[in-house]
Amino acid sequence: MALLEVEDLRVEFPTRRGALLALDGVSLEINEGEVLGVVGESGAGKSLTGAAIIGLLEPPGRVTGGKIRLEGHRIDTLSYEEMRNIRGKKIGAIFQDPLTSLNPLYTIGRQLIETIRVHMDVSPEAARARAIELLGEVGIPAPERRIDSYPHEFSGGMRQRVVISLALCANPRLIIADEPTTALDVSIQAQIIALLKKLCREHKTAVMLITHDMGVIAETADRVAVMYAGRVAEIGPVKRVVKQPKHPYTVGLMGAIPMVGHDVERLTQIEGAMPRLNEIPPGCSFNPRCPKVFDKCRMERPELMPAGRNAEAACWQFDKGGRRG
Amino acid sequence: MRKPLAGSSIRGGAVAKRAKSEAQAESMLEVRDLAKYFDVSKPWLARMIERAPRQILKAVDGLAFDIKKGQTFSLVGESGCGKSTVAKLVVGLHKPSRGAIRFEGRDVADVRSRADSAALRRRWQMIFQDPYASLNPRWRVRDIIAEPIRVFGLIKSRGEQDEKVAALLRQVGLSPVDGEKYPHEFSGGQRQRISIARALSSNPEFLVCDEPTSALDVSVQAQILNLMKDLQNEFGLTYLFISHNLAVVYHLSDKIGVMYLGRLCEVAGSKELFARPQHPYTRLLLETIPDLEMTGREREPVAGEVPNPINPPSGCAFHPRCPFANDRCRSEIPLPTERAGHTVACHAAEEGRLPDAKFPAPKRPSAS
Ligand SMILES: Nc1ncnc2c1ncn2[C@@H]1O[C@H](COP(=O)(O)OP(=O)(O)OP(=O)(O)O)[C@@H](O)[C@H]1O
Ligand SMILES: Nc1ncnc2c1ncn2[C@@H]1O[C@H](COP(=O)(O)OP(=O)(O)OP(=O)(O)O)[C@@H](O)[C@H]1O
Ligand code: SF4
Ligand code: SF4
Ligand SMILES: [Mg+2]
Ligand SMILES: [Mg+2]
Repeated sequence: MALLEVEDLRVEFPTRRGALLALDGVSLEINEGEVLGVVGESGAGKSLTGAAIIGLLEPPGRVTGGKIRLEGHRIDTLSYEEMRNIRGKKIGAIFQDPLTSLNPLYTIGRQLIETIRVHMDVSPEAARARAIELLGEVGIPAPERRIDSYPHEFSGGMRQRVVISLALCANPRLIIADEPTTALDVSIQAQIIALLKKLCREHKTAVMLITHDMGVIAETADRVAVMYAGRVAEIGPVKRVVKQPKHPYTVGLMGAIPMVGHDVERLTQIEGAMPRLNEIPPGCSFNPRCPKVFDKCRMERPELMPAGRNAEAACWQFDKGGRRG
Repeated sequence: MRKPLAGSSIRGGAVAKRAKSEAQAESMLEVRDLAKYFDVSKPWLARMIERAPRQILKAVDGLAFDIKKGQTFSLVGESGCGKSTVAKLVVGLHKPSRGAIRFEGRDVADVRSRADSAALRRRWQMIFQDPYASLNPRWRVRDIIAEPIRVFGLIKSRGEQDEKVAALLRQVGLSPVDGEKYPHEFSGGQRQRISIARALSSNPEFLVCDEPTSALDVSVQAQILNLMKDLQNEFGLTYLFISHNLAVVYHLSDKIGVMYLGRLCEVAGSKELFARPQHPYTRLLLETIPDLEMTGREREPVAGEVPNPINPPSGCAFHPRCPFANDRCRSEIPLPTERAGHTVACHAAEEGRLPDAKFPAPKRPSAS
């Protein structure tokens, strides 16, 4: 059994002109201790997927279909109170901007100690000792002195380290990290990614790593889900997806990324842009941009299907019944 | 002035060929000892009460580089190292605190008369990172694109102007009917195309592009980078390109300058820089490139952070993070010196005590 199972998840935004379907049948699994990367361009639905899982969808957005199971138990049907208990204890969260997770008015230490005591029955002294230990673990130098600093006294990279230590406080089973390094400098990005990788390996924590940066995914994730227009287009082990992408969108995406040492005059170009939510075409949502499009693509929507060894793709090319040369 | 255009070609006359050979190419831009200091002191009264000294931030300090005609020179470096400040100095949005900027051999500070300076400004344009902030939301796209044409009085008749705008829109992959729309009706990538069309409308020869694709998705970035290359091949444009993305810079540039805290650490040809990085900071940056091909390269953990530019470390500003730092590094600022085709500002490199770079020769794409 997978640690987290998301099945046919739908998220809608009601508007005056009818409901906007922002996630339309997202299915994915995360195994214990595994890093699942979620990539896709802006608006593909990555953050909504993460927010729906931890029960932090901003109204008026709401889950209107599908199931989310953690360790085999439904969590999408829990009350707000029950879900709050799961957040932090079982599922931790790290967001792009560390300042959204830190209160500027309280010291780092106070925030850590409070979070630790919410989830664990320990004395204030023991919580403080644990907080210092955690800060040391995420690479804050001289943690016994820095614990009484305020967030603004830390650099962006240091703040993101603190957020990671906050997310790890209660030893959760799963961390949802939404663009955790996007706001940071490249050299700091590499440090944070290495840290996240090391901690999750040591604590056997699974991670859902949301990012638009395929490079970060390639270095960090075990498996990757590629999202397009509110659905998963392809999912599989990172190495396979990077080297032998199956879905035409993934193929285009990989060719569009400039690489050091890869001397090409022109990059692969996917014509056009991802459709807006109210303009998603019938059939396969990628069909107007797809170089492999054929008749069926414009009529019927493909679900994820086996696409060779270690591969699942939502593309009619891999349909056993009507496979084309 | 050049002749107005006919058909879909933007420029009349002979099409310039991209200068390939470094030696024979003429310089478009020469920058010498360029510096920009900002006074970031607290207000006078607060300074008096707190007895705080004046604070000067040296955003750019003593930069020198050349850009050959028809080539792309890129500046890379982490946030706050001064890349945008250089861009603004070059296009005249900032006044230098020191140093010279020469355009085709002529010092731009000597260009005084209004006619002369307009003639000069028409020949360079700038493209910014945020394609939305740089487009006036209340103007129609055709008026946005035509603005430089009007400002410089390049075309008098309305009909000719409309024709030129239509040609420009086609050139950047949009349709002439898009001219009637407003910026908010376009996606981020399309807006960046509009700002490129606008920048091209005065027939510039030199474009300064400050992170033009950093806000875009990779698939859209590929469209813009391809467009930039096509335009360069067709019209022989010269680019000063600014980015923090090393792979993008590798893809686009002939020559690259690496900046750290307002100074150039290393300047070299693009292939050369990635194959044989010299400066310890260049090596650090190359270590951070995510390994997309997963060839299993062992990564050195990169320690430390960029220091506060108001109070930079003494001597070589990189010394607190540098594994090769010694006493000389802590006291003396290293000056750029030539070494095997690289210009490097590093004592260890000059003294020949740097080990060979561990960074592997450029990786080939996997054959499979
Ligand atoms: N409050 C809202 N009202 C209407 N639509 C929304 C709302 N929030 C998000 N959406 C839409 O849902 C879609 C998915 O958004 P989401 O934030 O998940 O994208 P993302 O993949 O995380 O993109 P990014 O890379 O830009 O963060 C987008 O089309 C977005 O416009
Ligand atoms: N007008 C200004 N007044 C005071 N300081 C400034 C001003 N403009 C820039 N600076 C400072 O100069 C330094 C260089 O800034 P610059 O914007 O050139 O960096 P950059 O390399 O473009 O960074 P980024 O990658 O974040 O865009 C920074 O420390 C910045 O805070
Ligand atoms: S289903 Fe058809 S249109 Fe969609 S990706 Fe596959 S081939 Fe292309
Ligand atoms: S000058 Fe010294 S401190 Fe600076 S990069 Fe070279 S070796 Fe390192
Ligand atoms: Mg998002
Ligand atoms: Mg900048």
